[in-house]
Amino acid sequence: MRPSTRLLFLLALCGFGLLPWYFTEGMGLRSLGWLSGYPFGKGGSGLALGLSGAAPWLLPGGAMLLVAGLAWPKQDEQRAATVLLWAGAIGFTLFFLQGFAITLRGQGIPWLAALFGASGAAQAGMGPGALVTIVGLLLLFCHGLAYRGFCRGDVFTCSMIGLLVLMIGLFIFFPVVTVLKGALIGSAGTIDFGAFLDRFLDSSIWGLGCLTRDVSCGVAWNTLLLAVLCGAITTLLGLASALLILRTGMPAKWLLRALTVLPIITPPFVIGLALILIFGRTGLVSNFMYEWFDVPRTRWIYGLPGVLLAQVLAFAPIAFLVLIGVVQGIAPSLEEASQTLGARRWETFSTVTWPLLRPGIANAFLIGFVESMADFGNPLVLGGNFEVLSTKIFFAVVGAAHNEGQAAVLAMVLLAFTLGAFWLQQRWLGKKSYTTLTGKGDAGLPTPLPRRVSWLASATVIPWVILTVVIYIIILTGGFVKSMGRDYTPTLEHFLTGFRIDFSRGLYFEGAAWDSFFTTVKLAAISAPLTAIVGLLAAYLLKRQTFQGRAALEFSTMLSFAIPGTVLGVAYILAFNVPPIEMTGTGLILVIAFIFRNMPVGVRSGIAGLSQIDKSLDEASATLSARSATTLWRVVLPLLRPALVAALVYSFVRAMTAVSAVIFLVSAEYNLATAYIVGRVEAGEFGLAIAYSSVLIVVMALGIAIIQLGVGERKLGRRTTETAASPAMAGA
Amino acid sequence: MMQKAGPASVEFRNVTKRYGSVTAVNDISFTIEAGSLVTLLGPSGCGKTTTLRMIAGLEMASEGQILIGGKDVTRLSAADRDVSMVFQSYALFPHMTVLENVAYGPTVKRVPKAQAHDMAREKLAVVGMKGYEDRLPSELSGGQQQRVAVARALVLEPQVLLFDEPLSNLDAKLRRRMREEIRDLQRKLNLTVAYVTHDQEEALAVSDRIIVMSNAVIAQEGAPRQLYEEPADVFVADFIGDANLVEAEIVSVTGDRAEIRLGPVTLSLPSRGMKPGKAKMAIRPESLLIVEAGGPNLLPGTIRKCAYLGNHLDLEIATEAGDFYVTRHGTREIMPEGQMVSLAFADYGVTLVPGG
Repeated sequence: MRPSTRLLFLLALCGFGLLPWYFTEGMGLRSLGWLSGYPFGKGGSGLALGLSGAAPWLLPGGAMLLVAGLAWPKQDEQRAATVLLWAGAIGFTLFFLQGFAITLRGQGIPWLAALFGASGAAQAGMGPGALVTIVGLLLLFCHGLAYRGFCRGDVFTCSMIGLLVLMIGLFIFFPVVTVLKGALIGSAGTIDFGAFLDRFLDSSIWGLGCLTRDVSCGVAWNTLLLAVLCGAITTLLGLASALLILRTGMPAKWLLRALTVLPIITPPFVIGLALILIFGRTGLVSNFMYEWFDVPRTRWIYGLPGVLLAQVLAFAPIAFLVLIGVVQGIAPSLEEASQTLGARRWETFSTVTWPLLRPGIANAFLIGFVESMADFGNPLVLGGNFEVLSTKIFFAVVGAAHNEGQAAVLAMVLLAFTLGAFWLQQRWLGKKSYTTLTGKGDAGLPTPLPRRVSWLASATVIPWVILTVVIYIIILTGGFVKSMGRDYTPTLEHFLTGFRIDFSRGLYFEGAAWDSFFTTVKLAAISAPLTAIVGLLAAYLLKRQTFQGRAALEFSTMLSFAIPGTVLGVAYILAFNVPPIEMTGTGLILVIAFIFRNMPVGVRSGIAGLSQIDKSLDEASATLSARSATTLWRVVLPLLRPALVAALVYSFVRAMTAVSAVIFLVSAEYNLATAYIVGRVEAGEFGLAIAYSSVLIVVMALGIAIIQLGVGERKLGRRTTETAASPAMAGA
Repeated sequence: MMQKAGPASVEFRNVTKRYGSVTAVNDISFTIEAGSLVTLLGPSGCGKTTTLRMIAGLEMASEGQILIGGKDVTRLSAADRDVSMVFQSYALFPHMTVLENVAYGPTVKRVPKAQAHDMAREKLAVVGMKGYEDRLPSELSGGQQQRVAVARALVLEPQVLLFDEPLSNLDAKLRRRMREEIRDLQRKLNLTVAYVTHDQEEALAVSDRIIVMSNAVIAQEGAPRQLYEEPADVFVADFIGDANLVEAEIVSVTGDRAEIRLGPVTLSLPSRGMKPGKAKMAIRPESLLIVEAGGPNLLPGTIRKCAYLGNHLDLEIATEAGDFYVTRHGTREIMPEGQMVSLAFADYGVTLVPGG
């Protein structure tokens, strides 16, 4: 056995023999009351609890750990590998099975519990001891694989793949499966297909009443209609702006580009909030129309038009970022070839440019479609009677009905829609993208747009730009007036309510918003580096290592893109509310939700960064007897720094602006800024809400600016050719 | 501190490498003697680079055994093998100076920094790069980067040194000089070197032995001269140097000589174990001599093309036995198209080719 394996074995042994096995209430280092009776009692170690008869079902797994120790003195690595593989796999499985079999009284898997000799027994959620032991067993198994020559015999790589698979399994697949299971389980607590079908086929989901009578349609149709419209309009806007920027001599191109950055730092529902302040019953425009033209005040903004408008404003920049890449990717020489063959501008556009654009357009449409489906904040703020799946899921969980079964069914429908779109994108577009730019330089000049196309594009883009600018002016100034639409007296009242600091008793953060603000910054600051690490590590493994199941792993990391936040939120409360993994109400669950929701961002920017770093650099390091961990630290990471920064910024910002997933997971102790603002909007305190939103936006803009400056300085170093260019912040 | 292991032999025993359903290397066995320079030669996609990477531990063999210095290393990772590699792209770490690059190996082996730098300086001196220690790789020319890459590979004094098409990014003149330097270094430091190239001239120039690979298997293994003069099959005859491959007929075999008829010509060549009947023959372009007409045992032909290449002429000559590619040194007279000539066969560079 190699020294690293021995160390790992000792750690796992500590986990089983010394560390508290269970997660107990009040666990912390400040007061050690929960440790009373150690090594027995609530805070006892697995070994002690097993031997004392309090939890004898822990012993078989522990025994497998000891069996793994038999490999210690073995000189022959292949023999040691056999022991490690078997003991690791069996021990890991045993611990997992007992965890799921024996949970709360009356839950779990009774027949399996009986096999462990624990009929009717109950146990708490797994704690630090269990974590160390189980991960230890998994890693021993991975070391065994490495001894067998897997992952080119590299222990570190094998272990990291093992960890990644465990994490994705535990924090993505397990919650999703729990949702699906929750949908199938009836009121009696058993699998009940009849009840499932009833709930699934309910007219509130699939009803088509709106076509014939004056009732509202099913929520699934609402969602689908909204998503299709949103996808189509955002794509149109994105395409028009991309063509205008790249193919015309339009003035003020910088403005369009700047507008694309804003949504990244805007919490998704803030657009909806601003729309209320403009078009609501007492909004700016409504007042103006009423006073000057006698147009009656209506509530038209609440419902499909308002939600659609908000989503288009929020997601069009994403479509733009996708399509600008596609338009840039069309080699100008193709169009020049067409022109030299005698085609006019319009013919070239319709026969060459347009067909090459089509896959990119389909891609942008699907992204808009999925974003709209997953959006929660805007329908919540603007929906009115227009219900969509994500808000309906929310009200099924937190509303008066509190129907988790219904929430699970709705989540299933939503997940089916987004996964369907994701699947289409991967299967169909994956093969059909016409990348026409090759490594060779293309000296051609892009053809200017035909005049009628550029007129059409301007006509679409200009109103959108104006509206966006107005909205951001409202967001940034709305907090400084008494009441937008009614009373324009300048005031700092809203900021004082939220962010008053009382200096009379030292430094005392008196404002109502400080708590959630600090919690948000703290959790975002904790989760951002973790997200970046997990994401970049996954990118490294996926891009640089070959192992069986690599494609499946890549697919599942990208899958969490397609899981709407609302679904993830519901899944997390269903999955992590009971043992073996019990962590609802803690800050931990928020951090984990952030990590696995934003991980694809890290993976993407990692993959983009790694594809610019020659693989032979890693290999050169390996042949110079550096192990993967050393290579990663000394060669890959320094070159990947821009990607690392991008991943850090992005995951930080996304953690600050997230609503959909976290709104289920916040608690009194861990309230987040976005959840707090949504609460203020629902209570009608628009002033405070908009003031808080503008503070968030400014804080994030400052943060990004600081970090970008920091990265910019690196380029001034004496290296003349930059190896790793900074990957775009696009792609989310 | 770091004991010198000296050069070690490399042995492949029935090694196979598969990627899914594709077999990149199919059941190959060979031995590289300690202290020799062996070239893996073949067209792209023949499996030579995969073979080299399996020696390094960058690819794991699907089947078979790999031994270095008699020790089984089949399942050891690259970091655990005492092997260094010079990459086609040099793979110098762009964020480290020349000195840091070369000292990287000892540094990750936890050699104290001062000592690691001394080791690096010593090797930089060996490759003639003294004085460039503080430069970044991007501030060096291609040839200089190549030398630094070699110094970095040498610094741990590995049992085996691998070169993966090290000269392919250099211009022709520099390529010739660098290959001589690599050969000198290998002799001076007594290294075991495995060298991958697709350039047959480079292989002939530097190797003790050459392993020619084709379609994932070894086509022929031997000393450079042996490969050129006695190619094992049509592929090797065509790949090493230029050759006219023609169909001839073996009339009779007596002892190890064969009587061969090619059109009107009769030749006597080593039989190479072949039986009477149809056979393939390889004729090097410089072995066809244009002579006065009328002599005995000549092949008449007509000039089709004649190109002037400075130190020699390239000719295409049509005969009843087929079209021949002929090079003619020692004359600068361009021969007109359609001129009738006679071809004689030199007593070198004409051989029967077994198989196919």
